[in-house]
Amino acid sequence: MTTPKLTEVSYQIRRFDPERDAAPHWEVYRIPYAPGMTVLEGLWKVKELRSPTLAWRSSCRMGVCGSCGMLINGKPRLACNTQIAELESETVVVAPLPNFDIVRDLVPELAPMFATHQALMPYVIREDVEEREHPTNEFYQSAHELEHYLQFTYCIKCGCCMAACPTFATDALYSGPMPLGQAHRYNSDTRDGGFAARKQVLADEPGPWRCHYAGECSRVCPKGVDPAKAIQLMKRELVLDYLRLHKKKCPAKVAVKPTEAKRRDNIPEAPPRTV
Amino acid sequence: MLESKGHPNRLGIWGWLGGGRWGAERYLYTLHRLTGLGLLAYFLLHIIVTSSRALGQARWTQAMGAVSGPLFKVGEYLVFLAFAFHAINGIRLGIIELGFGVGKPIEPVYPYRTSLDVQRPIAIGVLVLAAVLVVMGTLNFWVLE
Amino acid sequence: MMRDQKLWTWHLAAGVVILFFLGMHMTVMHLNTVVVLKGLNPAGGHPIDWTNVVARARSGFFMVTYVVLLGAALFHGLYGLRNILFELDPARWLKRAISGLLLGGGLGLFVIGTWAAIVARSM
Ligand code: SF4
Ligand code: SF4
Ligand code: FES
Repeated sequence: MTTPKLTEVSYQIRRFDPERDAAPHWEVYRIPYAPGMTVLEGLWKVKELRSPTLAWRSSCRMGVCGSCGMLINGKPRLACNTQIAELESETVVVAPLPNFDIVRDLVPELAPMFATHQALMPYVIREDVEEREHPTNEFYQSAHELEHYLQFTYCIKCGCCMAACPTFATDALYSGPMPLGQAHRYNSDTRDGGFAARKQVLADEPGPWRCHYAGECSRVCPKGVDPAKAIQLMKRELVLDYLRLHKKKCPAKVAVKPTEAKRRDNIPEAPPRTV
Repeated sequence: MLESKGHPNRLGIWGWLGGGRWGAERYLYTLHRLTGLGLLAYFLLHIIVTSSRALGQARWTQAMGAVSGPLFKVGEYLVFLAFAFHAINGIRLGIIELGFGVGKPIEPVYPYRTSLDVQRPIAIGVLVLAAVLVVMGTLNFWVLE
Repeated sequence: MMRDQKLWTWHLAAGVVILFFLGMHMTVMHLNTVVVLKGLNPAGGHPIDWTNVVARARSGFFMVTYVVLLGAALFHGLYGLRNILFELDPARWLKRAISGLLLGGGLGLFVIGTWAAIVARSM
């Protein structure tokens, strides 16, 4: 851990202004340090005291919105979720997430990732469209079935995994850990019947085949989503599907509203709806 | 893919070789790739050279003579090392890439335990087994023969 | 198209085949003093001595395993190479050229190797 005497830290930041610079360059700023400071708070200090033009994305400052992914001391992480002290270094080196184009300074162009994400249909697909769009009741799903995909729902689409993936470092056609992990999240949801639809994309080059389990995505994921696990589970399903051994799951049924049940006299009516 | 006007920032092949400070599986992946390429290069030549046996003893002895000598012996030894690693690590990859040995989906509770930690014993087993093969091969190549 | 789903499954299956047969091949060739399998080097001495080569070539079992190993290893290796090359994100036409070249080269080598195994049988 850092010495308690530390009163200042250096920020080494990769700057790029598309209107003025031909290529990114490094700048160093010294700012006052306070114990418990996160990398994101340091960036605000740099902006306040040293360079008002510094640009980055952040919002929730509590590891929930997924905006502040950046390359911090060589590793993709969330700026708000990383304490300066845990870096065990007096210099904080910040660069934009690699494998994404740089819009400006620390702002990566995430749009291609979201386009791929969308192409893999990250939503519940069912044949009973009417029920899906205008639900009459909830779908049956046991707590055990929830566990099949719960872990993968924690993804905040920060893109840290994409920045860490060796395949995505060269191959723009590879969907990457986030979109693949999310495709598996829906494939393994018992309410969903979209395996065949997603397979149209997954069976080909954008699919999980270029993942070689280097595991970097799971190592850097700030939410413990473990996309590498999701991708391997997805591969098994697709191989079974090729061997015609994949069990077709019928999407969970709509829960039946109890008709016979009667309210007991001693239970009061619910208060009127407010929204 | 959307068009982007931003400055390109893909890591390129450097991204394959490793970020420099990350996990063991990244290096196993890199090594698997390199050994695979080496084995393939050797194998393609090997097919042609050994096919000479169909042309009779003279051609076979000639072909074997062309690929003998200390340099080729070291080369063959390297091929054996590559084989030992690629084969054993391949078993691990086969198991893992079919979704076994990575654990079931769990609720992520900090500090996170990922599939990497779950499969780590297999990775260690792979290295140990490959090392055993390497020792056996080394004995055979340089000591007993 | 479903190409990689199919090719990757075969890549894996070929890997298993190679594991068995190449494991055996390597044991015969390079672990011959540590693991002595008398039946595979019937004439004793070095495994690539002509008498041993002929003895193995005459056996139908060896001929079949050679050909199976040849096919599996060519597919496994060339698909792996194709994967690596494709990850470099070449243009579409280049990808097609790579696929064609690897397929042609692979088939050519398969024919040569199979021919040698068949001819050597009757020596
Ligand atoms: S899987 Fe993890 S690292 Fe990747 S986008 Fe989701 S939260 Fe971020
Ligand atoms: S496990 Fe797969 S998706 Fe994750 S970083 Fe490695 S190659 Fe990329
Ligand atoms: S600011 Fe929202 S995740 Fe960091």
